[in-house]
Amino acid sequence: MHGFSTRKKKDEPETDFTVRRKVLLVFMLGAMGLLAVRAFDLQVLRKQFLKQQGDMRHVSAVSVSAYRGMILDRNGEPLAISSPVQSIWVNPQELADAEPAAIGQMEKLLDLPDRKIKNLIVPGTKRRFAYVKRRINPHLAAQVKALDVPGVYFEREFKRYYPAGPVSAHLVGFTNVDDVGQEGIELAYDAVLRGTAGSKRVIRDGKRQIIGDVEAISAPIDGRNVQLSIDERIQYLAYRELQAAVLEHRAKAAALVVLDAKTGEVLADANHPAFNPNTRTHLKGSAFRNRAITDVFEPGSTVKPFVIAAALDGGYIKPDLKIETNGTYRIGRNVVRDVHNYGTLDLTHVLKKSSNVATSIVALEMPPDYFWGIYNQLGFGNAAGIGFPGEASGSVLDYQRWNQFAQATLSFGYGMNASVLQLARAYTALADNGLLHSVSLLKRDRDPEAKRVFSAKTAQLIRTMLEQVVLKDGTAYQARVDGYRVAGKTGTAKKAGEGGYKEKKYLSIFVGMAPASDPRVVIAVMVDEPSAGAYYGGAVAGPVFSKVMAGALRILDVAPDQEETMPVLISKTPDLVAQ
Amino acid sequence: MKTETRSEQFIPHSLLGNLLRKLHIDIPLLICLLLVLSLSFLILYSASGQDTDILIRQATRMLIAFVLMIVLAHINPYQFKRYSTVLYGIGVTLLVAVLIMGQIGKGAQRWLDLGFFRFQPSEMLKITAPMMIAWYLSENTLPPKWKQMGIAGLLLLLPTLLIAKQPDLGTSILVFSSGAAVIFFAGLSWRFIFSIGAIIASLTPIIWHFMRDYQRARVLTFLDPEADPLGRGYHIIQSKIAIGSGGIYGKGWQGSTQAPLDFLPESSTDFIFAVFAEEFGLSGCLVLIALYIVIISRCLYISIQAQDSYSRLLAGSLSFTFFVYVFVNIGMVIGILPVVGVPLPLISYGGTSMVTLLAGFGILMSIHTHKKFLPT
Repeated sequence: MHGFSTRKKKDEPETDFTVRRKVLLVFMLGAMGLLAVRAFDLQVLRKQFLKQQGDMRHVSAVSVSAYRGMILDRNGEPLAISSPVQSIWVNPQELADAEPAAIGQMEKLLDLPDRKIKNLIVPGTKRRFAYVKRRINPHLAAQVKALDVPGVYFEREFKRYYPAGPVSAHLVGFTNVDDVGQEGIELAYDAVLRGTAGSKRVIRDGKRQIIGDVEAISAPIDGRNVQLSIDERIQYLAYRELQAAVLEHRAKAAALVVLDAKTGEVLADANHPAFNPNTRTHLKGSAFRNRAITDVFEPGSTVKPFVIAAALDGGYIKPDLKIETNGTYRIGRNVVRDVHNYGTLDLTHVLKKSSNVATSIVALEMPPDYFWGIYNQLGFGNAAGIGFPGEASGSVLDYQRWNQFAQATLSFGYGMNASVLQLARAYTALADNGLLHSVSLLKRDRDPEAKRVFSAKTAQLIRTMLEQVVLKDGTAYQARVDGYRVAGKTGTAKKAGEGGYKEKKYLSIFVGMAPASDPRVVIAVMVDEPSAGAYYGGAVAGPVFSKVMAGALRILDVAPDQEETMPVLISKTPDLVAQ
Repeated sequence: MKTETRSEQFIPHSLLGNLLRKLHIDIPLLICLLLVLSLSFLILYSASGQDTDILIRQATRMLIAFVLMIVLAHINPYQFKRYSTVLYGIGVTLLVAVLIMGQIGKGAQRWLDLGFFRFQPSEMLKITAPMMIAWYLSENTLPPKWKQMGIAGLLLLLPTLLIAKQPDLGTSILVFSSGAAVIFFAGLSWRFIFSIGAIIASLTPIIWHFMRDYQRARVLTFLDPEADPLGRGYHIIQSKIAIGSGGIYGKGWQGSTQAPLDFLPESSTDFIFAVFAEEFGLSGCLVLIALYIVIISRCLYISIQAQDSYSRLLAGSLSFTFFVYVFVNIGMVIGILPVVGVPLPLISYGGTSMVTLLAGFGILMSIHTHKKFLPT
């Protein structure tokens, strides 16, 4: 290109203008040279550093949240599942550029109080992050996205959903907003369910939005599923019947456990009061308690069969023993009383009439260490080891501190306490011919830890005696199940409080098993403070037992062992065959 | 009178050459302009994220600017001289009007909305201010006397300060340098230049005192951009990263990451050089700078060839203003000058500067192609 340095006109003098032009030209070339030198400096000498800086800005590693495992019932029905949701957060600094109207629209869409988001905009704020609403459904998130408000960001998370709602809420528990288990199985098996978050390298733009993946650094390892021993159908039935009983008897609380008598699996675990884990705001902590596992109470008369069994097994009494009761029994300065004077009772009627006097007499036949040993073996005073958070162990006074009266009261279930689960578990020793089962919340085929507490003969004998309880003249006729032989025991315990036992505050309990010929299911029901009149275990807890047991047996397809009452069952209660 | 200049013998006397000469177009300048403008299209396409709408809009503006350039090239420089005062007067009046409207509107006001057309009066002054000063000084004998220098200085300071008040530091620097170039070419004494330099150096603290906060912030950011990497230093750091990661050969056309990922602000306007440097590397930068040097040299050549002092002063000033444009913009993007709002001439997206620049080249072409035959 032809520039300034062209030929001069022959006689043109070196004018002032030419000099100035040359000076300026040198200046300009110098300046341009400076630019070139600087470009060289940046693009050659400092290239590595600057390139790395650039990569640092737009390439970053992010964690990829792992899918939390499901909680399933024994048949694979989901009790807790994770579904993808969106969380919305804002950068308050960038939000200042947004249209106030658009923010208002967003508040309305998200159902937030007026100005909740707008109030985040504070001039000169250093804040760059604030969650606006977490875990909204993807459809709503898309609507917010469409508003295109600057400074609003979206994040994919998983929301825990509990299809069974309150039915299995106490057992399954729940996670917090960060997907970490807080209660129940969600807490106990958090490590299994959680999985391991992975990470990947992504490209972000200047607004920190992720716009593309570069490579996966490590894939997320999804959490594993946990399959519970619970049968959702039985669980639903138990929940429904327990709620109905609580309403009918205006009770304070209630708990129920259904065990598989052969494997020790927990088939149902229902509690009242209940809560819905999907919408659990404004709830008191007391509603979250799985009372069947975490709360203890004095089991009352329900322990009487163990006393008789222990005495028989130890050879301290004969099966044909007759006991004269007289209604009262004096031990030192204390007196044990029955409700009525039952006169002379055989062992069957001791249990059928639930005589405190007779069981006290039997209990005092045994040495304290032997008697205590049986209770201890049955799991009273030890946690059942089910691996549930807050599991209660209950207590039994140490025999070295017993006096005779203490030994007598323990025989009818005072001076000790246990949970509904512990009580149900103890009954497996009677149900499975003397074998006490360990209990499990996870599905399993057999119990590897069953241990013998009673002889098979004794256990069978006690079962036969307990079948009398649900006969017309027994204490729990309402606990019978049509078509099946039922063996069970009522309990009506006065509640202990400050300053001794309280009048008119009772626990109504029923524990039983069926079919009595070869028990498959053990159910323990406890209703706390029924206040609508009836309070006897047979009248309050008995009907709950009956309905749940009837349903459970049908669901589990257990053959009836009392054919003569079958037709009645089919015509009367078809609705019990749940789902 | 037929115009025929001896100095253009290097242009082949082809049909095209004759045609272009009749059109009053300077071939070397035109070729360089077209080269730079094509680079502009290339890099705009990339910097805007393959936005063809932007390209079409820019092409429309270029077309308008080109038409204006050719129209101006056809006007005899004598006419520019004749209307210098009027144009200057209109320009200053509009500046005052804009300022008053800004006072009413409470805030920066640079634009004059004519309904169909938004117009920035300060742009006009980039050309009319040097025209006015060139007219005034060329009406008197050169080199000018002190009194004339003083008046020329006032004629220059008036629009400069009005624009600085808008506030638009970038444009006021350009207007000032365009007028200062005229005064320099007219024969400002060297002693005066050096003493002014000394005075400015000593006045710097006082100027600092009167600067607006955001202007001070820009200067501080320039001195230490890393101190506020997320705030005021953000532009510089991001553009340095973009330039640096280009390396010698660049990442290739459309290969830049800083702009498409929205890290680099103003990537199609003031900071477009960073995108260019990232994609075409050092080699591309040197080519572009070389093209600019050729344009400036050609303009200076035209100024020395000018036949009267008005044309000579105006042409010299326009050349220098173009240089300041380039230097201030690249210097800013590359991190050796403060951040002032000056676009990269002929490349940045935007219509106003395109029109002013090509108008300037039109005047230069007019000066070069309207010479009277002088007997040797």
